[in-house]
Amino acid sequence: MRTPLTIRFLQATPKSGWVALVLCAVLAFVVMPLLHLAVPPESPFHVSTYVITLAGKIMCYAIVAVAMDLIWGYAGILSLGHGLFFALGGYAFGMYLMRQIGRDGSYQSDLPDFMVFLDWKELPWYWTGSDSFLWALFLAVALPGLVAFIFGFFAFRSRIKGVYFSIITQALTFAAMLLFFRNETGFGGNNGFTDFKRILGYSITSPEMRVILFSLSAALLMATLLVGRYLVVSKFGRVLAAIRDAESRTMFLGYNPLWYKLAIWTFSAMLCGLAGALYVPQVGIINPSEMSAANSIEIAIWAAVGGRGTLIGPVIGAAIVNLSKSFFTQAFPDYWLFFLGALFVGVTLWLPDGVAGLWRKWRNRA
Amino acid sequence: MSRFFIAFFCWLTFSAHASIDPALVKQLAAEESDDKIAAILKIAETAEPEALTILQSLADGTLIAPDGSEIMLNNRIRGVLANAIAGLRLFDGDAKVRRAAAQELQTNVSLEMAPLLGKAIAQEGNDKIKALLVAAYAQANLSSPDVAQRLAAVQVLGEYASRNTRSLLLPLAKEEGEADAAVRAAAIQSLKVVESRLAVGETLGRVFSGLSLGSILLLAALGLAITYGVMGVINMAHGELLMVGAYATYLVQSLFRSHFPAWIDAYVLAALPVAFFAAAAVGIVLERTVIRRLYGRPLETLLATWGLSLILIQAARVLFGAQNVELANPEWMSGGVELMAGLVLPWNRIAIIGFSLFVLLLVWLLMNKTRLGMFVRAVTQNRPMAGCVGVHTAKIDTLAFGLGAGIAGLGGVALSQIANVGPDMGQGYIVDSFMVVVLGGVGQLAGAVWAALGLGVFTKFLEGWAGAVIAKIVVLVFIIIFIQKRPQGLFALKGRFVES
Repeated sequence: MRTPLTIRFLQATPKSGWVALVLCAVLAFVVMPLLHLAVPPESPFHVSTYVITLAGKIMCYAIVAVAMDLIWGYAGILSLGHGLFFALGGYAFGMYLMRQIGRDGSYQSDLPDFMVFLDWKELPWYWTGSDSFLWALFLAVALPGLVAFIFGFFAFRSRIKGVYFSIITQALTFAAMLLFFRNETGFGGNNGFTDFKRILGYSITSPEMRVILFSLSAALLMATLLVGRYLVVSKFGRVLAAIRDAESRTMFLGYNPLWYKLAIWTFSAMLCGLAGALYVPQVGIINPSEMSAANSIEIAIWAAVGGRGTLIGPVIGAAIVNLSKSFFTQAFPDYWLFFLGALFVGVTLWLPDGVAGLWRKWRNRA
Repeated sequence: MSRFFIAFFCWLTFSAHASIDPALVKQLAAEESDDKIAAILKIAETAEPEALTILQSLADGTLIAPDGSEIMLNNRIRGVLANAIAGLRLFDGDAKVRRAAAQELQTNVSLEMAPLLGKAIAQEGNDKIKALLVAAYAQANLSSPDVAQRLAAVQVLGEYASRNTRSLLLPLAKEEGEADAAVRAAAIQSLKVVESRLAVGETLGRVFSGLSLGSILLLAALGLAITYGVMGVINMAHGELLMVGAYATYLVQSLFRSHFPAWIDAYVLAALPVAFFAAAAVGIVLERTVIRRLYGRPLETLLATWGLSLILIQAARVLFGAQNVELANPEWMSGGVELMAGLVLPWNRIAIIGFSLFVLLLVWLLMNKTRLGMFVRAVTQNRPMAGCVGVHTAKIDTLAFGLGAGIAGLGGVALSQIANVGPDMGQGYIVDSFMVVVLGGVGQLAGAVWAALGLGVFTKFLEGWAGAVIAKIVVLVFIIIFIQKRPQGLFALKGRFVES
């Protein structure tokens, strides 16, 4: 008899992992909120709004990095289109935030400002129901999932892989970016969606809402890690690794790689969409530049820096790269691209297993 | 600069026994715009040489009213004045001047110009200029109160297919714009002729711009196809090698400007070897230092070359500034040849199509007629086997990469003549040129050629129908469907290949 799902799920993560997770949960749900809300701003222990927002943002990036790692590290498929899924989730939820502005926009209209500006009289059909929180959340997950499923089905069925697949996902993202840049497609053109005011009627800029969004990001990240862990140690994960290492042999053993790849690909895209939906209220804007080729390929470097094929690696990688980005763009804006470029080259040449690999090597030696 | 007084002109016209009425010249200084315009037109109508001098000085602002004040001109007067001056130039002794004046009179001609144009037609000896004048005359007569004149004008305009004639004829084909039924019918007839000719011109124009886009794609994709064929890796910095070529062209241009200004028109030719070797050198350095170490890991190579492209872009920004640099077309590349009305083929595009054919020929000779080319093909087809029979594969990798990079540099020279040269210029080309490689298949020059030209023409036609964005998306969807049917591209290599 097979072990019940819950037991298998609990067993997937080792004891030390659970302990670390509980510690992180305490930090994210109790310590940080208290330091931000209860400690007065003069105190050295106060956590500023900037830190809370930055941390929330980086955790959203970390979720994307884990999603990227699931598809790249465990299935060997390098996607250069994860920026698209992230942005799709962001746009779906962003529209809900636009509707929440209500009549408080510059034009005092029920329609979002950019539609009034274009002289539109009613909402396009595809935004029907975007004033419902649940529908928006559903859309943020389902839309990237659907796009990924359709695209993946055709791509994997004809066994497009390797660099071919990477470039085609990049082209897809590029085409989508062009589409979102247009004013008449109803996605706000260059400016995208911004000037959000409320979520579920509560102010989006209040400290409490920031803390809630921060904690939700942390919760989603932990859930992602747990589910990811369960997936990669399950039989499904092991078949994926087999496909990654020798696709033809796996096929000869009777597995159809199509459904395995498609499943992890779609799941990864849905995760990105959810992360995008959490990201947008925290940074307060979503525009088509999120879909630029550079953004998607940067996601890959988060996973690579942290270490592919481990789940904690991408989280560390996303944090390292984005913290250095914050540092460089403030201190030496001219050198950020040099640093990022060198990171791409250096990690691929000398750190194929990333920071996590370095850690493993150091521990094995000790 | 001398300032003329109107009184001076009055004297001049008398002394020359010319037929310009001094009262008319005085009227140029009138208060009302309508009076000024009437005077300008009447002066022009005389078609005397002095008329041109007077009007030109009025346009330059050197004609002074009798009371010493400047004569004020508004936009409406300026327009009439410009046309009148052009009309007077029609009587110049130099055919080039007459031709330019006739060209200028192809738009916005008013009925008042008709008598002057009639005179010019009567004495024009050059057939080509005469044809232009007849068109202008017909345009002027379109608003004539005389039905017969209008009818004749409408019929004449049917012979001259251009967007301008179309928009002139359109109102006359409607009841609100034209009261007379015969003229309306003639206008509808002429419109049909004009529109069918315009359609032919537009189609040819699209084919041409498609070929021109295709030849750019070909220049960008040839190098990529070679490196991808030989080493199986995508060089994401390939677009930046185009940029290196374009900046090399810019440097050569600056050098010519400061040291050999007399030879400035030849700078593009001198830039070709410079761009080739500059890009090839960058390419070889990239191959030796980075790409070689990632052999057999194509996805990592993709990321590493992307990093290299970021570094190259930022280096260009630091060295040349974030703004686009300015490159001028040499004299022999500017302008164009007018094939038919509404279809002008710019020389720079023609030169680029010719140039890409030339590069293609060179690459074909190199690949098929030299020892190096044979080795490159051998490594492309079967690397271990080529190694076994004594081909130094590592050396071939470096040379092939240098060659591909050099071709990209040549593409950069071509691109610098039609597009902006800036740090980001290469970014847009990697996806497009890879699409060419995917479509054409690896290791086949013919495939790359057909794919590049086909994609170029296909894209331009789609853009005409559906806009640039939809065109991009449709092309992408088409390629994805295409790969379903033919994963090896249009022209697959024959033989057996087992994936590793």
